[in-house]
Amino acid sequence: MKALVAVKRVPDGNAPLRLKMDCSGVDLAGMPMRINPFDEAALEWAVQRKEAGTISEIVAVSIGGNACQETLRHALAMGADRAFLIAAEHAPEPLAVAKLLRALAEREQPDLIVLGKQASDDDNAQTAPMLAALLGWPQGVFASNVALENNTLQVTREIEGGQEVLALPLPAVISADLRLANPRYLKLPQLLQAKKKTIETLNPSELGVAPAPRLELLGVAPPPARKPAVKVADARELVALLRQEGLP
Amino acid sequence: MKHALILVEHDGVNPHSALRRIVSAARLLADRLTLLVAGSQAQAVAEQAACIAGVSEVWLFDAPHLSQPLAEDLSPLLAHAVRERQASALLAAASPFGKATLPRAAALLDCAMLSDVVEIQAPDVFVRPVHAGAALATLRNPEPVKILSARAAAFPPAADQPAAPINIQPAPPAANRSAWVSTTHPDSARPALAEAKVVVAGGQGLGSAEQFHALLDPLADRLNAAIGATRAAVDAGFIGNDHQIGQTGAIVAPEFYFAIGLSGAAQHLAGMRDARVVVTINKDAEAPICRQADYVLEGDLFEIVPALLRALE
Ligand SMILES: Cc1cc2nc3c(=O)[nH]c(=O)nc-3n(C[C@H](O)[C@H](O)[C@H](O)COP(=O)(O)OP(=O)(O)OC[C@H]3O[C@@H](n4cnc5c(N)ncnc54)[C@H](O)[C@@H]3O)c2cc1C
Repeated sequence: MKALVAVKRVPDGNAPLRLKMDCSGVDLAGMPMRINPFDEAALEWAVQRKEAGTISEIVAVSIGGNACQETLRHALAMGADRAFLIAAEHAPEPLAVAKLLRALAEREQPDLIVLGKQASDDDNAQTAPMLAALLGWPQGVFASNVALENNTLQVTREIEGGQEVLALPLPAVISADLRLANPRYLKLPQLLQAKKKTIETLNPSELGVAPAPRLELLGVAPPPARKPAVKVADARELVALLRQEGLP
Repeated sequence: MKHALILVEHDGVNPHSALRRIVSAARLLADRLTLLVAGSQAQAVAEQAACIAGVSEVWLFDAPHLSQPLAEDLSPLLAHAVRERQASALLAAASPFGKATLPRAAALLDCAMLSDVVEIQAPDVFVRPVHAGAALATLRNPEPVKILSARAAAFPPAADQPAAPINIQPAPPAANRSAWVSTTHPDSARPALAEAKVVVAGGQGLGSAEQFHALLDPLADRLNAAIGATRAAVDAGFIGNDHQIGQTGAIVAPEFYFAIGLSGAAQHLAGMRDARVVVTINKDAEAPICRQADYVLEGDLFEIVPALLRALE
């Protein structure tokens, strides 16, 4: 069984976010970058299935500038077999990403496509259901557990206040919650070995997709600030203050 | 005249409480509003939905295979309704249900969409959080159909009206792409996180599952609160993932949020930033949560939480 896993390069969510002076966007200059944690969980799950013998080949793909090579090297070091970089100046919008991934899926014919449930920068959570729609495949999104038996996936999904289990025939698209798998730490030999694997570059035009943006970013702003906190001496004082705020 | 559609989330009996707020959001985009209810024997849902002020009509798709509505079945139904009604907007709540379904419909319509909208500034200008809420992005969406999942808490609930008409629609045949197996909703005795006026949330500082429950359960009982947790607390097994709050968990905006023994990592703040009053109990006054709080009680939670409970009596 062959799996396609998409990995996005994103700013590290633990580093403080800076906005451009003119508020036209996020200032990425000097930001530490990493593989999107949700994609990392998706890939880890696939690698574990490969180690268990249920997946035979993992193809990784990233869409963006040349720096995404680094993200793909990380994916190769984790256990992907080969990789594609789809060249794009900016990270395209989810619908364009879904179209690019559909085109790649038509070339590569995977049995399974595993994505992160969202990218930790844009937080859209759109690509997996969009891709499933374009391919006409079943979807199992926000998956925290996936079991594979006789060409059927048992997908446990995180839903509001609980979980849902779906059965999906292959081929299918799934998207990973962080709980799907705990990513491994990479060691030097794996990183060195990854250098020997191939990364093939594709242009969107070769895939027949024009990833032009449809939406226009007008600006970004910091979230509204809270008033400085009131330091409270003890529980009794706290309750008195909260009662004034209307605590029942 | 502009026409908006809303995908109604429901449990087979009642529409989700978010619906009234999504109706308010839709009314900013259109003067006619059709609610889409898909289910099996979901007449009661349609009847309640029809009585929300601003609703022009309810379309009811009723079929046995819609008893557990799946994205594969709902997305063609939504795309069909958009075309049929020549709708200029399609909305759903930014819940796991809405977020699994709307993008699938958007792709069928070849339409870009916006997730987690918190403000509608103009019929084509929307605000949504990015980077786990560390920034708010304002975007223009020039698409002919504005498709958006909206954060319910950001919009006021619509009032009541005399019932609008309910039109029974032929349900499209089952997609038969995936099959529902089971749903579990643990501990439903307490208020649901999404609806609770008060949330008591605990983190790694609680130390163990026993201590987490020994301290937080009585407090939640006293305040009629839902219990929330950080990812670290969930991963440590203090409580189930359905209690996680943050970028990867529930997003809540209660009247009161008690953050107890949690540091306030960016990904946690993403889920509670819009709470009206935030109280934190932490032994570290430098923890990031203290900058997001209205009231800070610095000290050992193992002493303070029991004292708080006594002070509330
Ligand atoms: C992609 C991604 C997504 C994530 N999504 C989420 C998410 O949705 N939700 C989420 O919560 N996290 C999420 N995280 C994890 C997040 O980064 C933090 O690791 C997590 O929130 C920390 O949990 P915590 O505050 O309980 O633990 P800690 O950071 O360890 O904080 C514990 C706090 O308790 C205090 N404390 C300890 N003992 C006591 C005591 N006796 N009395 C008083 N105070 C005490 C400490 O001072 C400290 O501030 C995500 C991470 C990533 C990378």
